[in-house]
Amino acid sequence: MEWANQLCENRQFGSKMTDSKYFTTTKKGEIFELKAELNSDKKEKKKEAVKKVIASMTVGKDVSALFPDVVNCMQTDNLELKKLVYLYLMNYAKSQPDMAIMAVNTFVKDCEDANPLIRALAVRTMGCIRVDKITEYLCEPLRKCLKDEDPYVRKTAAVCVAKLHDINAQLVEDQGFLDTLKDLISDSNPMVVANAVAALSEIAESHPNSNLLDLNPQSINKLLTALNECTEWGQIFILDCLANYTPRDDRESQSICERVTPRLSHANSAVVLSAVKVLMKFMEMLPKDLDYYSTLLKKLAPPLVTLLSAEPELQYVALRNINLIVQKRPEILKHEMKVFFVKYNDPIYVKLEKLDIMIRLASQANIAQVLAELKEYATEVDVDFVRKAVRAIGRCAIKVEQSAERCVSTLLDLIQTKVNYVVQEAIVVIKDIFRKYPNKYESVIATLCENLDSLDEPEARAAMIWIVGEYAERIDNADELLESFLEGFHDESTQVQLQLLTAIVKLFLKKPTETQELVQQVLSLATQDSDNPDLRDRGYIYWRLLSTDPVAAKEVVLAEKPLISEETDLIEPTLLEELICHIGTLASVYHKPPSAFVEGSRGVMHKRLPARTGSGESTESPDVGTAAGGSAPEAAPSIIPSQGDLLGDLLNLDMAPPTTSGPPPPTTGMQMGGMDLLGGGLDSLLGGDIGGSPAMGAGFGAAPAVMPASLNAPVGGGLGDLFDLGGVGMPMGAYIPPKIVWLPAMKAKGLEISGTFARRAGVIQMELILTNKAMSVMTDFAIQFNRNSFGLAPAGPLQVLTPLGPNQTIEVSLPLSTVGPVMKMDPLNNLQVAVKNNIDVFYFSCQYPISMLFVEDGKMERQVFLATWKDIPNDNESQFQIKDCHLNSDAASSKLQGSNIFTIAKRTVEGQDMLYMSIKLSNGIWVLAELRVQAGNPNYTISLKCRAPEVSQCVFQCYEAVLKN
Amino acid sequence: MIGGLFIYNHKGEVLISRVYRDDIGRNAVDAFRVNVIHARQQVRSPVTNIARTSFFHVKRSNIWLAAVTKQNVNAAMVFEFLYKMCDVMASYFGKISEENIKNNFVLIYELLDEILDFGYPQNSETGSLKTFITQQGIKGQTKEEQSQITSQVTGQIGWRREGIKYRRNELFLDVLESVNLLMSPQGQVLSAHVSGRVVMKSYLSGMPECKFGMNDKIIIDKAGKGGVTNEAGKSTSGKQSIAIDDCTFNQCVRLSKFDSERSISFIPPDGEYELMRYRTTKDIILPFRVIPLVREVGRTKLEVKVVIKSNFKPSLLAQKIEVRIPTPLNTSGVQVICMKGKAKYKASENAIVWKIKRMAGMKESQISAEIELLPTNDKKKWARPPISMNFEVPFAPSGLKVRYLKVFESKLNYSDHDVIKWVRYIGRSGIYETRC
Repeated sequence: MEWANQLCENRQFGSKMTDSKYFTTTKKGEIFELKAELNSDKKEKKKEAVKKVIASMTVGKDVSALFPDVVNCMQTDNLELKKLVYLYLMNYAKSQPDMAIMAVNTFVKDCEDANPLIRALAVRTMGCIRVDKITEYLCEPLRKCLKDEDPYVRKTAAVCVAKLHDINAQLVEDQGFLDTLKDLISDSNPMVVANAVAALSEIAESHPNSNLLDLNPQSINKLLTALNECTEWGQIFILDCLANYTPRDDRESQSICERVTPRLSHANSAVVLSAVKVLMKFMEMLPKDLDYYSTLLKKLAPPLVTLLSAEPELQYVALRNINLIVQKRPEILKHEMKVFFVKYNDPIYVKLEKLDIMIRLASQANIAQVLAELKEYATEVDVDFVRKAVRAIGRCAIKVEQSAERCVSTLLDLIQTKVNYVVQEAIVVIKDIFRKYPNKYESVIATLCENLDSLDEPEARAAMIWIVGEYAERIDNADELLESFLEGFHDESTQVQLQLLTAIVKLFLKKPTETQELVQQVLSLATQDSDNPDLRDRGYIYWRLLSTDPVAAKEVVLAEKPLISEETDLIEPTLLEELICHIGTLASVYHKPPSAFVEGSRGVMHKRLPARTGSGESTESPDVGTAAGGSAPEAAPSIIPSQGDLLGDLLNLDMAPPTTSGPPPPTTGMQMGGMDLLGGGLDSLLGGDIGGSPAMGAGFGAAPAVMPASLNAPVGGGLGDLFDLGGVGMPMGAYIPPKIVWLPAMKAKGLEISGTFARRAGVIQMELILTNKAMSVMTDFAIQFNRNSFGLAPAGPLQVLTPLGPNQTIEVSLPLSTVGPVMKMDPLNNLQVAVKNNIDVFYFSCQYPISMLFVEDGKMERQVFLATWKDIPNDNESQFQIKDCHLNSDAASSKLQGSNIFTIAKRTVEGQDMLYMSIKLSNGIWVLAELRVQAGNPNYTISLKCRAPEVSQCVFQCYEAVLKN
Repeated sequence: MIGGLFIYNHKGEVLISRVYRDDIGRNAVDAFRVNVIHARQQVRSPVTNIARTSFFHVKRSNIWLAAVTKQNVNAAMVFEFLYKMCDVMASYFGKISEENIKNNFVLIYELLDEILDFGYPQNSETGSLKTFITQQGIKGQTKEEQSQITSQVTGQIGWRREGIKYRRNELFLDVLESVNLLMSPQGQVLSAHVSGRVVMKSYLSGMPECKFGMNDKIIIDKAGKGGVTNEAGKSTSGKQSIAIDDCTFNQCVRLSKFDSERSISFIPPDGEYELMRYRTTKDIILPFRVIPLVREVGRTKLEVKVVIKSNFKPSLLAQKIEVRIPTPLNTSGVQVICMKGKAKYKASENAIVWKIKRMAGMKESQISAEIELLPTNDKKKWARPPISMNFEVPFAPSGLKVRYLKVFESKLNYSDHDVIKWVRYIGRSGIYETRC
């Protein structure tokens, strides 16, 4: 044995001497030399030459000139050489498509080789060569390989279908490869199954609506069987695929969970996380009172904790995911606080994530321990980490009231350390503590004031100024303190300037006699010497307020502030749900939906957690009860959006500007809409801007109680089914108004245009009939829209290909997009169009039914609906009557659904049917509706609620049009 | 899925670059170099998004391995794959170093072609890879051999080939534990856990079926309830059983069987592998207790006294004991007195390192040091990093005991009794820290 090892080592040593030298050749005539070597007769020399070529390729040198010479080496029975040539081909075939054809014969021949390894190698490599001509030749060999007797070849061929689909999707469909691939799901070999699942999942992603991965209880059963037998990677593919399935009922859901739980003990963390994803998702469907539900919850904690003993990179992925899981189901890890304690040698990215989770898990039970740890962390070296630790102490104070006092004293201790950034962070969080517990801890102000000089960061300066202004009456030298900031007013950041302006105005209102001069100074600095419009505007508002009505000024400026909420950086619930469906993936690491970082159509489809449905009578729709039953913390997410009314801006409508106590922030659904439009704007939305945060409280307090009460009432067992109307109701197609003449021939030198608008398969279309009533031929048609309320614009040119002869008529349909420039029109749905032909340019205007802007994913979740309805002020509600409509409520509902008006719930009270519906416009605006239908009464009443009440009128017109046609 | 895989040296030069997907261009190679390897600041995340392209990286000594993608891939899988890739490379050519990678680049390309297809990880068990990726060509194989290879690579038991024969059937079982502790200066246990591994070396013929048993509380309780064991046995075994918080298994273990019966059964890979990992937090034997005493004498002097106590059977010996006492950055001189072992101040590491070769159980030892400090204007206080400890003990701090490992091979004529079995317990310090 010993001598054999020796020999091996020697051999390896020998190859050592040869292999690394390839990296060092940098001579000038290299290419020519290589060419000569490649054409050498000696096999060994050839091989050496190809190795050199590959080495050059790796370091980025262009060796494409050697293409024919390398391809000539392909005909060999030396597998190593063959693999090297293939590697070269994959890299350069695209740049030399004609030459690449030379290789086809060898590939085809190899696909017939007796050795399965060579067959698989050929089909694997061929799929990587992205040259059209080659892909044509690939089809036949691929078809054979998909049915090869050897599983190794079949599993390679399965992946090859995905490769081919990436190059030419149509070809794959035409050749029927998708069906063959589906058949492979029933293959006897688990690895073939796993690869087929992976390939199908990927292909399905780019066809969101195709029913490619036709998951049904039978196929799921096959997958679960394969799950026990295949490699760790295969298990991941299968679990990720399972996560896309929605079980029919809680029983099926439970049986899948039971078969997935053993995976939690797998050594591969990715298998564990993917299993966690499936369980988290399917758990949604289990009734909470089920024993199995609580068993499952208990089973989830240990594997999650175990993930933390993996390598640091995996720990990071795990922690990012645990962060989501803790937000969704805090009960799972509530007893595991200790495992998130930071270790001295953890990499910084692990430390920061652990800290985040510690704060989320902090509760009255463990707060003492947490605080002791946080204090420890605040003395560490890494600045970011220390800052976060200090901030965390503040957040604990706000979260756990009983601990507030201890937190404040810890913060004071930290201020005593005089470490600059510690002091500044401490002051920022103390400001928040003041806002949460007014009139409780003001005794510490004196200590804070001592550190005024050391504050050099805008946020800390702004916080300190806010404190001084807010408690001006208790600080004897408040005027001096504020004056000292005023000296360098123009060098301060905007944040500090705004805060200083407000603070001095507050001071003036509290101590008018001594501070008149100061207030005048700041007002003139803000209004006359500043370039910043925000600052100027605020300055003028104060100035005018103070000069016209000081009493009113006092009421406005010194108004009682709403309390700040506990959790400032929770992920918005709809997003959280989506991210839970993406556990383990990049989306869960970034905490962003895939659409925010993936290009193209892949993965853009939003995933949702399944709704709880029952298999039997047992579901008394417990959700509705709890959600409406006033359990505000659960139903109403305490998210603090950043300032500015997103929707208003998007629509370019003149909506009231947000004030400090302001309109309640848009709830979940609305935010999502906005986010989709913004794409990457997520960060700004979720960025925890604690400073300028209006709280939720006020908005909710004033919410009308009518709606929730009505849904709160027990509705009978049928509710669950009703909620699924979306799936059950037969889509009847969107309502399309009849064509009308938009441009009479008289006005357009003989061109008559009539038309209408339609929404077909999610695409908005303008359908036109052009008639030539003149004597001459018309050509060169083009169309353009003026800016309009919803940004409608032609998605392509007007397709009138043949000239339009006299008395000829042509029908054209023009797809429209909603990404054009926006301007508010009156009426809102007015569209000004210009049509050009060889004769002249003509203008006309038309009105489109707003229903064509109703998007397909406009079905709001029940809870979201409830919260949103409560949240929209009563002033935004409008009521309309629809007369002479003879449909019953179900017919009406399914008719409306055809136009993407989705019924969310139905309720019957004293013979009157109430339908609750939601609509989402293409620009993300939600419209909520309540339709009342009285049996035997042809008049319907409809109430519409929307944040942009302007649209209500148009929406009502649509209801009328849809219901009456 | 994974769009490409790059390996760089510490300077950021590309050693290996393999692109699997069309959406990854050559510029991705440079983007990672510029934004991560050459970045001025310390790496803040193992996942980086540059211009809508995501990079996952791990480092092995000074080699960077980066996986690239433009899709929403399974991030945990990518990292697991990168680790696996390192394991595979290491088992082929030893340490992952620039030299080794350059020397074996053809092999690495061949491996990358095999274990990642279109970015999907494929079978990456070295056991089976080595049967057909050899760097010597596979020309001479017979048809039977070829189909044996393919069925093994794709088969249900991808980790073991058929027809293994040993003259002597033998197996070695190592229970390796690392005990972790964080203790407050007052001696309160802030957190403690044991993460353990059961590592096996098996040299068994044929396709043996194995069953592994340990003093898992759940099993023992079950057996106890069943009334099978007699009263005496129950009381002794019941006392010694341990509560396992969680465990994970090598892919050879039948997870569904563990889930339903909590029995660990498997067909083992040949040679060395890790059978299971586990974690316990209850009733841990902490082999050492560290009692620190730090006193600041004025602004320029610190007095440190540290006592360590061993807490296990006097007949056992701990080895390789090392206590590391951090010192402030402005230390100018240190005087150390210790009764046992050797202690040295290491200025470059800002610590006093105290080493003791051996120490029996139930003993105590002490070190005291005087640290002279340079006066500084630095307002920032010394962070007082914790005192850490290293050691090795010949028992399992979790209390885990192997009860049996049974081997069944029905086709060959050897029985469980013919297999020679060795069991060894080693407890090592993980992160074993006491704050001071």
